[in-house]
Amino acid sequence: MKRFTKEHEWIEAKGDTGKVGISDFAQDQLGDIVYIELPDKGKKLKKGDVLCTIESVKAANDIYSPVSGEVIEINGDLDANPELINEDAEGKGWIVEIKLSDTSELDDLMTEEEYRKYAKEEG
Amino acid sequence: MTIFERSSEGRSAYTLPDEESYGFAPEENLPDHLLRKDKASLPECSELDVVRHYTSLAGKNHSVDKGFYPLGSCTMKYNPKLNEKTASLEGFAYLHPYQPISTLQGSLELMYKLDKLLCEITGMDSFSLQPAAGAHGELLGMLIVKKHFEKLGDSNRAKVIVPDSAHGTNPASAVMAGYEIVEVKSSSDGIVDLNELEELLDESVAAIMLTNPNTLGLFEKHICEIAERAHQKGILLYYDGANLNAIMGKIKPGEMGFDIVHLNLHKTFSTPHGMGGPGSGPVGVKKSLADLLPVPRVEEADGKFTLNEDYPDSVGRMRSFFGNFGVLVRAYTYISLMGAQGLRHASEMAVLNANYLKSLLTRMIPEGYPGVCKHEFVLDGGKLVSEYGIKTLDLAKRMLDYGVHPPTVYFPLIVNEALMIEPPETESKEALDSYAEIVKKILQEARDDVEMVKTAPHNVGTRRLNEALASRQLKTRWQKESAT
Amino acid sequence: MHKNPYIPHSEKDIKEMLKQIGVSSIDDLFSDLPKQKNSSLNIPDSSDEYSVFRNLNTLAGRNTSLNDMAVFRGGGIYYHLIPSVVYALATRHEFLTAYTPYQAEVSQGTLQLLFEFQTMISELTGLEVANSSMYDGASALAEAALMSVKITGKRKVLLAESVHPEYRDVTKTYCYGQDIEVGAFAYDKESGQVDPKDLESMLNDEISAVAVGYPNFFGVVEDLKALKEALPKGVLLIAVVNPMALPILEAPGKLGADVVVGEGQPLGNLPNMGGPGFGLFAARKEFIRKMPGRIIGETVDQDNNTAYAMILQTREQHIRRDKATSNICSNQAFNALVASIYMSVMGKEGLVEVSRRCFDRAHYIHDRTKTMDGLHPVFTGPFFHEFVVRFDDALDRINDGLLEQKILGPLNISNFYPELENCGLICTTEAVPYEDIEFFMARLEEML
Repeated sequence: MKRFTKEHEWIEAKGDTGKVGISDFAQDQLGDIVYIELPDKGKKLKKGDVLCTIESVKAANDIYSPVSGEVIEINGDLDANPELINEDAEGKGWIVEIKLSDTSELDDLMTEEEYRKYAKEEG
Repeated sequence: MTIFERSSEGRSAYTLPDEESYGFAPEENLPDHLLRKDKASLPECSELDVVRHYTSLAGKNHSVDKGFYPLGSCTMKYNPKLNEKTASLEGFAYLHPYQPISTLQGSLELMYKLDKLLCEITGMDSFSLQPAAGAHGELLGMLIVKKHFEKLGDSNRAKVIVPDSAHGTNPASAVMAGYEIVEVKSSSDGIVDLNELEELLDESVAAIMLTNPNTLGLFEKHICEIAERAHQKGILLYYDGANLNAIMGKIKPGEMGFDIVHLNLHKTFSTPHGMGGPGSGPVGVKKSLADLLPVPRVEEADGKFTLNEDYPDSVGRMRSFFGNFGVLVRAYTYISLMGAQGLRHASEMAVLNANYLKSLLTRMIPEGYPGVCKHEFVLDGGKLVSEYGIKTLDLAKRMLDYGVHPPTVYFPLIVNEALMIEPPETESKEALDSYAEIVKKILQEARDDVEMVKTAPHNVGTRRLNEALASRQLKTRWQKESAT
Repeated sequence: MHKNPYIPHSEKDIKEMLKQIGVSSIDDLFSDLPKQKNSSLNIPDSSDEYSVFRNLNTLAGRNTSLNDMAVFRGGGIYYHLIPSVVYALATRHEFLTAYTPYQAEVSQGTLQLLFEFQTMISELTGLEVANSSMYDGASALAEAALMSVKITGKRKVLLAESVHPEYRDVTKTYCYGQDIEVGAFAYDKESGQVDPKDLESMLNDEISAVAVGYPNFFGVVEDLKALKEALPKGVLLIAVVNPMALPILEAPGKLGADVVVGEGQPLGNLPNMGGPGFGLFAARKEFIRKMPGRIIGETVDQDNNTAYAMILQTREQHIRRDKATSNICSNQAFNALVASIYMSVMGKEGLVEVSRRCFDRAHYIHDRTKTMDGLHPVFTGPFFHEFVVRFDDALDRINDGLLEQKILGPLNISNFYPELENCGLICTTEAVPYEDIEFFMARLEEML
């Protein structure tokens, strides 16, 4: 099940690992994405740390880690095709996979329903 | 077509004096591996090919001489032609920086006098003319701040306060000087929130960077209180001179309490912008900071001008030689033409123009902030989206079709869909009336045929660009393969 | 009402505009300014353009133009021939009075010429990416040093002592801000090239970059290849070049330089007492996101026609603010244009010819000095168009004598290098006619 942050990241956890990306709403706000500065595998993060930077034509945005843990996989397709995030932000445009150090952190995040409502208000 | 595609093998546009070689060839005097094997692929053109090429490129540019150019915070005023004539005098243009100073007395005198003029205009005590641009001046200013506290033995000042409406160069410059940025929010009336600022002021703050009037075109009317409170805590006040064109002869940064200022000679003093440079960003300081300015400094004794390097507390050099000397000649020429009265008149008319154009445009697009503005103003483009279904960008792009330049758009960041407009004093009432008419027409067009506006420009030779492609493919040079 | 040719407002205009605004006087527009502050400007009043010109012409007349001297002085700014067409084209108002190309559709002229400029600089330097200019050679080196720190995460740069002294000063000033350490390594007293042992002794895990001249301040050409091989992996090699030497010297990028910077003035720009010229800056493509300054890229417009745009603006201060790669905003675009036109005119063959003529003349004078009494070439390393000689007599006195003969003699470099007392840097270019060279030689022979 997907959970969302107020900063528009999502995480889809299975057991103690989860794929992380940015929401469709966020990609729409950013516009055409041209580059993602991906983190290295093995990078350890605390919840709220900068996970990576996404560059669009007009902005560079820091993306924050929704949970604490370690980066165990990165989406290498984004190197050559950063536009994947524009095309499918909540699917093929995932950014990293994280091994969570504390799955209870997920409880602090919004459910999909809560998030969509929140995003609508933001927009 | 690029110059490389105009090139044709064996053609040439150059002549050199008919002289025989002395017979010293690189091949015989340099180690083989340091000799170039393949000639640099430069164009091979006739002089007319080159002339046609650059004339064609010139035709693709908007310029002040061609039409209205009201970019906010850029002061795109007309540049008197005399500026170019004086700067290209042989006695200025054909000088070597390492000539004996006995052969540079005219230049040193000009620099000495320009220093004094800038001091008088800004209310500061000493200037350095070395910085090559506004941002370069900011960096120097921040390094002076650092040196100042170092001299005082005060090592706790790690922060510089910058308003959220500031030019991007302010935070970038302070970071280059090693500072952390603390942003202070603007209040609902568009100026620095005094209470908010007060809370940030303590012994960890080195400086506050302000531009006054600010980027919203509003005068920071609490400036004297800000200065007083900052100085009570030992904090220095830095003036970003990008907006000086609003206040010449009306008030001086030095009188407002600023300790350090930089000016943009290419803005306020009409040395042209040259597609983005060269500029010149002299930095002025109060007496107590004068010893920290870069070396060498021009000094005068008995009518002779000298260079003094002997300032042990100086932050050092910011640039090689004397800065953008040619730009200094232009600024000096401009100030001589305008005089005290002319500079004051320029500021008054710049502010009149801005308020006038604002009053015309706010009939159609809401103002970002109410009240009298200074030399520029900001409109809130939110209504364009909600009422006309176009973005600020669309309005801007459609303006291009009418032969005028749009305002600065999407800056300052604190106003949604911002349009930031600076109509300098050299523009006539008719030019402003016509600009307002164009906006009116475009808004009507948006009602009639919104797609047409959203896909503008249509008749400037180039349509909207695929900027994402540009930043994804990163093609930064022409290559033969890429042309096919 | 004050008459001013640059401000169009009539009394009638002002009245109407005030009425439209809804205020009664100009003063009402300034009522929010602090009161009781001194705003009077104690500067001369306005003047007509003819009087101003006369005044400026008088000042210019107190200088001595290079065109009225036989010029043998270099050291960073060089006296070259400039074809008339260069400034005739460059000073068109469409170039001179345009701003940064923020609206790409009406700035294609600027964008394309800067794209072509980048291409030419890439060609000369042998590196993939050039930006569209920095302030000057010195600040370009300083920014290269800062970039190397960002790339490597290490906080010490090493500059050869034979890099232009003012460039080293500027780099130190820039590095002072962020407490980045700047070290120096010696030149070999015999060759004038980098002393490899001294460099080696300074290398450690903390070094982000090493900078050397190509040619260096003494005119001596460093062996970039050997230097690159001597550097540990990950330490960037920065070459500080004179672009006028590059038509005959191997492209520094090909010899292993990771970043090339330099003063672009020799490429068709007026000497202007040292500025404006421009800084050139080129690097390997992998560093593009860490580079300072504006970069132009090719793209297409909606109709799929080739067009040009500023790219990677997210590096720059107007977007990235405190996280920008540099604070640079204004650059020296006009001077980059001048260089582009110059390189277009001189072309593939012409630039090589100029470079060879500079080389030929300097080597001729060098050869002559070997047999002259009272002066001695100092270094044995290969050189381009400048070289150092030591005078037995006081150089300042010799230069005074030369100046009386309208000769701008060797630059006394002992101010920068106390150990090189009475050492002068002799420079020649294609702009110095043979008569001037012979005249200089003859006067020297008389005086020594």
